[in-house]
Amino acid sequence: MDVESLYQDIILDHYKHPRGRSLIDEPSGESHQVNPTCGDEVTVQVSLDDDGRLVIGYEGQGCSISQASASVMSEMVSGAAPADADTVRQAFVELMHSKGAADPDEEVLGDGIAFVGVAKYPARIKCALLPWMALQDAEAKAGIGPDQEGTSTS
Amino acid sequence: MLLPLDVDRIRKDFPILQRTVRGEKPLVYLDSAATSQKPTSVLDAERAFYETANAGVHRGAHQLAEEATDAYESARRRIAGFVGAETDDIVFTKNATESLNLVAYAFSNATAKAAHGAEVDPRFVLAPGDSIVVTQMEHHANLVPWQEVCAKTGATLRWIGVSDDGRLELDDLDSLIDDTTRVVSVVHQSNILGTVNPVRRIMDRAHAVGALGVVDACQSIPHAPVDVSALGADLVGWSGHKMLGPTGIGMLWGRPEVLAAMPPFITGGSMIETVFMEHSTYAAPPKRFEAGSPMVAQAVGLAAAVDYLTELGMDRVEAHEHALTGYALERLADLRGVRIIGPMTNEDRGGAVSFVVEGLHPHDVGQFLDDRGVAVRVGHHCAWPTCRRFGVPATTRLSTYVYNDTSDIDVAIEGILAAQNFFGV
Repeated sequence: MDVESLYQDIILDHYKHPRGRSLIDEPSGESHQVNPTCGDEVTVQVSLDDDGRLVIGYEGQGCSISQASASVMSEMVSGAAPADADTVRQAFVELMHSKGAADPDEEVLGDGIAFVGVAKYPARIKCALLPWMALQDAEAKAGIGPDQEGTSTS
Repeated sequence: MLLPLDVDRIRKDFPILQRTVRGEKPLVYLDSAATSQKPTSVLDAERAFYETANAGVHRGAHQLAEEATDAYESARRRIAGFVGAETDDIVFTKNATESLNLVAYAFSNATAKAAHGAEVDPRFVLAPGDSIVVTQMEHHANLVPWQEVCAKTGATLRWIGVSDDGRLELDDLDSLIDDTTRVVSVVHQSNILGTVNPVRRIMDRAHAVGALGVVDACQSIPHAPVDVSALGADLVGWSGHKMLGPTGIGMLWGRPEVLAAMPPFITGGSMIETVFMEHSTYAAPPKRFEAGSPMVAQAVGLAAAVDYLTELGMDRVEAHEHALTGYALERLADLRGVRIIGPMTNEDRGGAVSFVVEGLHPHDVGQFLDDRGVAVRVGHHCAWPTCRRFGVPATTRLSTYVYNDTSDIDVAIEGILAAQNFFGV
C-alpha cells in the first residue's frame, strides 16, 4: 500500500480545481459539518429548481480528500433528481466502507470511483464522507427526500 | 550531533520501536506529546503485579490485599518523590482531564452546595462578577471545564492572549488578574506551540489577588525536572501515559490545605469516612478524591516509568530534548513554504513543534509522513482556539522524547519535501 494509491490524479484535480464551489441564494436547507479531530469543515446547501432537481452550493476548508470529495459530490448531484442523488450517495458511503476491496461502478459514481483508495485509510474515510453527510443533512432540513423523483430522471 | 542520551541503547527498551509500519518501514515515532511509548520495565511491572499481588486495595484481610495495597501506596510514594511532593498530596485520577475536572467541579459543587446553606470553603464559591483566568493556548481539558464552571456559576472567563511568536502576552497580566479573579489555571508547556510559560510569575499574581492557582503540567513533567511545589501553584494536574507510563492514570497534586478544603468530585466507595442513609462524611485527601476501585496496576506501571526516567536523569532528558528541538526548528526553518506555529527560538520551549506547509493541509502532510513510517499528530491538537489565533485550521506536530534522535527528524523532513513535491506546491 502506498500513498499514491490514495491520492489519485482525479482527486488532486478536484482538489486543485474544485467544481461549482460557491454558495447559493436562499437555500432550502443548509448543513455545516466539521471533522472535530482535524478541523475539516464543509457547508453544503440545497434547494430544488423548477423541475424538482437539486441545486447545490458548497464551500469548505480542509484536506485534499474532504475538499475533493465535496467537489465530486457537487458535480455528481447538481441537477440530479433527489432519488438519483441518494443512489449516488449510498454508493459512495458503501465504497468508503469497503476497506478498499470494492470495484466501484463509474456509471453510478463518476469521479467518485477515485476514492476507492481512501477506504484503505480509516482515518481518512471521515474526510471523504464529510460533504456527503452534509448533503444528507441539508436535504433533511429542506424536507427533500429520496422519494421525490423530480420531473424526469433520464 | 552528539546527544545527551544513548538513543540506540534506550530504543532496545521499547518493544514497539522494533516494529515496522506501512510495509517494511521502521517506525519513526514523533507523537509523544499525544502519548509516549512504554519501556519493557513498565510492561513487566504491570504484568508482575497481576501475576503475584493482584487484589482489592485498602480492604480485605488477606495477604494479597496487603501486598496489593503496599504496591499501590509504594507507587504513590515514588511518583510523589519524582515531582518533589509529599506522598499524601498526590491524588490518582484516570487522566489529566479528570484531574482538571476534579478541580473545576470543586468550584461548581461548592457553589451549588453553598446555595443550599451547606458549609463549604468560601474560596470555592463563585458568583456573577467573579472571574476565572486561563490562557489562549490551553488544551481543551483546561478550557472547557472552566467554561462549564462559568455557565453554572455566572462567573466570567478571561484569558491571557498569545503573541505571534507563540508566547503569552503578559503586559496586561495585572489588569487581567484582578480582585474579581478567583482562580487562574494555566498550562505549563503548551501541547501545540511547545511554549514553556512563566507559571511562577502568573501564580504569584494569582495569589496577590487572593485567587487559587492551577497548572496543567501534562507536557512539562514528562520532559524536564519539575518540582510541583516550586511552580507556585495550589494544584497541578498531569497524566501518566505521556511519561512512559500506562494509560488510565493521571495525577493531581495539591497543597494539603487546599486539597483538604475541596469538596469531593466523584463519590461512592473508598472515598467516605462514615455513611448513613441521610448523609455521609468524607475521607481526608487523597482518598476523598479516589472513589471506586483504583487503577492499581497502572500506578505500579507508572512507578516503574518514574524509576526508568530517574535512572536516565531528568536533567539529561531535558537537555536531550532541547538539543533535538533546536535541530528540528533549524531544519524546518530551512524548508521553503513551512511556517512554524509557536516559538521559533529554542528558549523556554519544549519538544512539541507545530508547523503548517503552504498549500498543503496537515492531514495530507501527515499522510506522506505516515507513508515513510513517521507517526506525527495532525489536527487542532485539542487546542482549537489556539489554531484560530494563528489563523490555521490545523497543524502538523512532531514531538520528541527520550527514544528520538536527529535521524527521526531527518526522515520527517524528507516526508515534508516529498509531500510538497507530489502536490506541486
